[in-house]
Amino acid sequence: MAHISTTAQERSLWDRLVNGLRNIAPIYVVLILLLIGIGTQNPTFLEPAGFLNLLRRAAPLMVLTAGQLFVIVTGGFDLSVGSMMSLTVIGASLLINNDPANTWWVILVLFGIGIFVGLLNGLIVSYLNVPSLIATLGMLLALRGAGLYWTGGAPRGYLTDNFRMFGRGWLEPFPMIERFPYAVLVLIVVSAAAIYLFNQTNLGKQLLAIGDNPRASRLAGIRVEKMRIVAFVLSAVTAVIAGILQGGFGGVNPDAGEGYELQAISAAVLGGAVLLGGRGSMPAAIAGALALEALFTLLNLLGLPKPLRDAVQGLIIIGAVAYAAYRSRRTR
Amino acid sequence: MAEPILEVRNITKRFPGVVALNDVSVGFVPGEVHAVVGENGAGKSTLMKILVGAYIPDEGEIIFQGQPRTFNHPREAQEAGISIIYQEFNLLPERTVAQNIFLGREPTRFGTIDRRQLRRQTLDVLKQVGGEGIISPDVEVKSLSVAEQQLVEIAKALSFDSKVLIMDEPTAALATHEVAILTDLIQKLIARGMAVIFISHRFTEVFDLAQTITVLKDGQHVATVPIREVTPGKVITMMVGRELDQYFPGLAKPEEIGEVMVKVENGRNAKLHDINLELRAGEIVGVAGLQGSGRTELAQALFGVEPFTGGTVIVKGEEMRVRKPHTAINARMGFVTEDRKAEGVLPNQPVSDNILVSVRALQSMLRRIKRTGTANRPGLVPELVKQVDVRTPSINQEVQYLSGGNQQKVILAKWLASTCDIFIFDEPTRGIDVDAKASIHEMIRELAQAGAAVLMISSELPEIIGMSDRIVVMWDGRISGELPPGASEEQIMFLATGHEEQEPSQLEGKAAGIEVGA
Amino acid sequence: MEPKGQPQAKDTFMSAITWTNVRSRVRESKIPPVYGILIVVFVAAVVLDAIFGRGQITSGTILTNMVVRSVALGIVAMGQTFVMLGASIDLSVAYLISVTAVMASYLMQGDPARVPLAVTAVFAIGGVVGLINGLIVSKLKVNPFIATLGVGLVLKGILNASFETFVGAVPRSFQTLGYGTLGPIPISILVLLAVTIVSALVLSRTRFGSHLYAVGGSEITSRLSGLRTDRVLILAHVVCSLTAVLTGLFVVSRLRSGAPWVGTDGLYDLESIAAVVVGGTALSGGKGGVVGTLAGVLIFGVLDTMFNQLGVDTFLKQVLRGAIIILAVASYTIRSREKAA
Repeated sequence: MAHISTTAQERSLWDRLVNGLRNIAPIYVVLILLLIGIGTQNPTFLEPAGFLNLLRRAAPLMVLTAGQLFVIVTGGFDLSVGSMMSLTVIGASLLINNDPANTWWVILVLFGIGIFVGLLNGLIVSYLNVPSLIATLGMLLALRGAGLYWTGGAPRGYLTDNFRMFGRGWLEPFPMIERFPYAVLVLIVVSAAAIYLFNQTNLGKQLLAIGDNPRASRLAGIRVEKMRIVAFVLSAVTAVIAGILQGGFGGVNPDAGEGYELQAISAAVLGGAVLLGGRGSMPAAIAGALALEALFTLLNLLGLPKPLRDAVQGLIIIGAVAYAAYRSRRTR
Repeated sequence: MAEPILEVRNITKRFPGVVALNDVSVGFVPGEVHAVVGENGAGKSTLMKILVGAYIPDEGEIIFQGQPRTFNHPREAQEAGISIIYQEFNLLPERTVAQNIFLGREPTRFGTIDRRQLRRQTLDVLKQVGGEGIISPDVEVKSLSVAEQQLVEIAKALSFDSKVLIMDEPTAALATHEVAILTDLIQKLIARGMAVIFISHRFTEVFDLAQTITVLKDGQHVATVPIREVTPGKVITMMVGRELDQYFPGLAKPEEIGEVMVKVENGRNAKLHDINLELRAGEIVGVAGLQGSGRTELAQALFGVEPFTGGTVIVKGEEMRVRKPHTAINARMGFVTEDRKAEGVLPNQPVSDNILVSVRALQSMLRRIKRTGTANRPGLVPELVKQVDVRTPSINQEVQYLSGGNQQKVILAKWLASTCDIFIFDEPTRGIDVDAKASIHEMIRELAQAGAAVLMISSELPEIIGMSDRIVVMWDGRISGELPPGASEEQIMFLATGHEEQEPSQLEGKAAGIEVGA
Repeated sequence: MEPKGQPQAKDTFMSAITWTNVRSRVRESKIPPVYGILIVVFVAAVVLDAIFGRGQITSGTILTNMVVRSVALGIVAMGQTFVMLGASIDLSVAYLISVTAVMASYLMQGDPARVPLAVTAVFAIGGVVGLINGLIVSKLKVNPFIATLGVGLVLKGILNASFETFVGAVPRSFQTLGYGTLGPIPISILVLLAVTIVSALVLSRTRFGSHLYAVGGSEITSRLSGLRTDRVLILAHVVCSLTAVLTGLFVVSRLRSGAPWVGTDGLYDLESIAAVVVGGTALSGGKGGVVGTLAGVLIFGVLDTMFNQLGVDTFLKQVLRGAIIILAVASYTIRSREKAA
């Protein structure tokens, strides 16, 4: 009467390798294919400098997706992150107002706003019982309105170079490749932190539990409300970071974050997250974001007009989720 | 024996990795109640699903009314006259009784639903189950009691002019008196020539209701015999293949019972009142009562799910307000709930995460996890899996793929991991096969012997009588009385139906052929 | 059916279930509770307007305008109700409305003779979009949020790639849809009422309606009972898209020409969902109805008018709108035992 299989140790290395390959999330394969595709169109992208550039441009979405995954595994959505990004850019430009000395405290204030918004989202979902779809949709509207109200309708203010450094700046000199984008540094730090939190701490496990079976989680002693709030705060904070990065390369654009929330959700789904919650992978989600950016880059290189990007994105989202649904049906 | 109306011959059904049914042949005769018993995984559910067209057999044939038939969809079987009532009913809570019964068959007039005809048809079938005047066709199903919903399900089956009615654990969620009503109805149905088949783990009902019993074991047909030719002990032997002469571990000796761990004085809330209860270390307190008497509400109040709003709760000497589960868990309480699917397991998570969830919930959220245990006890998960006898290919297996009994064991392991010393069990062995049941009973007694205070709610009187060191009976939201160990079923039922405690009666206990070991 | 020798226990049981039934037999009022909220909101608007505004909110013109502004949202919200009853959702409506407005205007080119062609064409487009939505949701089993969002994005992409600004024109004759009156009552209000009544009848009196509630309540139970759940959902999505087209036609008849942003500017996706939820239809489907949705739409109409009368800054209005949507839904969900995700 074997209780636990010991075959894990008994299985040969080859078997384990094959099994591991079979279990590899398809997103990594897709990502590699896309990168190869890009490479064929414009080989400079596969050189370190070019690749880093790609990463730099993808960094805001990747960071955003990492934060979004925390919310998705609890079974919710955070649709307010795009507007949060925009608000970050707007707020930064208005508050810094071209005075470099302001940059640092402004960044703190922006994080403060982000944490506040995340708290609010979390409180509404946890205590008012409003479904996250509606709650964050309402927040999206509110943030958009707040942003417009703050600027009085037209973009104002100016972002200083030390603020934009995060998005467009480089760390130089750097061994081997001369310079390393700050954005990618930020990306690496945030990704590492997100992966650690998700895979290696109680936080990740508890969020998965909540998405899987909220009632059982509560009865097991998980503070469901508190953890949901934490998830929304994490999501909002990554939105602020993404906004700072985005503000670095774009100008003061009040629509900086438009549409990013949907992209982040699609990326997470591409990475294997289930929208009902209880299942998801942080590295795969981040890879999903990179894959999306790679796809858009590829389409750009292929000469696809900008508006059609939306159409393509729509088709991809549908395709990704359909495939995931098909796969989950097959394994049952 | 009369000609069977429904027969399966040489049915084999395979799933990836397991042969659920292997060359099974059984016949079901009209005008008779035929019970199908077997451990979890014996193949009972699979067989039923094949009978109603939810599964298609890999080999073998189904003969209905003398003709070989294939059913590709449950609806085909239903229309042919074979109906099934699942343990979790197939009703739409927000729709009315009429809408539920005639879903998909609504009578129409000029393209729209003919409401009057619908109502008439519904009243017709309700009458046949004895529900007229009690259940209105226009009432939403969600406002009906479990027993009433079951009547609606049976009415639905009758509306298809069913010749065969299959019921999966029909009495599991019913209180004893609702069972009596159901028994009456079933007698009426077989008198009309219906063949009633039911799956059950409750031998009291099996031996009360059935005329024939079929035993399945590991996907094989073991025996089909008239019930008067067997005893429960014999049936169990056929089911598990070994003599089980001792079902319940012994009761606690007085010196094994220690101090008071939980004391409730005048506890009350919206659903409970006048709760005065003590739980002592080393003692198992059994809670009996009818459906709706407040037993689960008591458990929920103790655990902080639906807290007491008045009165005092003292846990291990300290007065406490248990307003949420987290507080209870911090006080080292564990709650094995009634509905493991909805409240107990995290289906998509592996066994190890399920077992560790409570332990982790008490720690800081930033704390680094260990996959198979805690910092202090890194091998905790495999230890517990062994101790509790969870059958799983690996501790990384997602819990949803485990059988009901094994899921229940995982839940128990979860609380053991949190080193609880106060346990609340709500129907710990419902829907679980005999072997696993015995093993869980043993574990519960071991917990008590290790010094825990145990509160055990159960609707199975033999379980209450066999396991409890003290029996508390509830009625209408309060404790109607307390009985010493070994009380009779009649005594318990007396108190459970709201009668005041009287002098102990001379009634003999009916142990339904189940022995209480020493 | 009096069995002989009933023991006492049976009596207690029988009386217990009779009592349960009596209680449940107290029929819930036919008017959804959301109408209570509508009344409260309206009264609050009147009061606030009297104190802070110009006190004209109860005048005939303002009131009529209030309802007319609600017509666009109202029509599409009816369709959204169908879809949400089936436990699905449609996020493509805003883009479909834009497509309708632009295509209708483009095809009509201000020529009354071309109106039938244009109307047929846009309804055909709507039907196809609804069909696609329904197929993706039911056959590919894609989460409806993602599915309709994806389709919406495809529509957006195609629209933006083809048109950048106002296109074509709507002939005078067609503008009666938006501006005409039948006696004292604007045609638009009649259209909304007609759509509401027809929707209500379909939902309560037809098999499709009954099956839609069933599918929304439990897809598995419905399927086991032999319902063609796929078809029911597809039809619901088609209905929703068709109402979006009708809204688009109404909008373009008022704007006199179509532009690619009319759908998104009007927030028809979010607000139709919010109106449906506020109206009492659960996000999870299976219960609710169009009568409640109508109230939900009117609530938004009153609020909008109130903001206008009080001279609230447009951007602040957006903030308030977001907050109100949340609070309105919260007023339901806060009482429900179901915990949201």
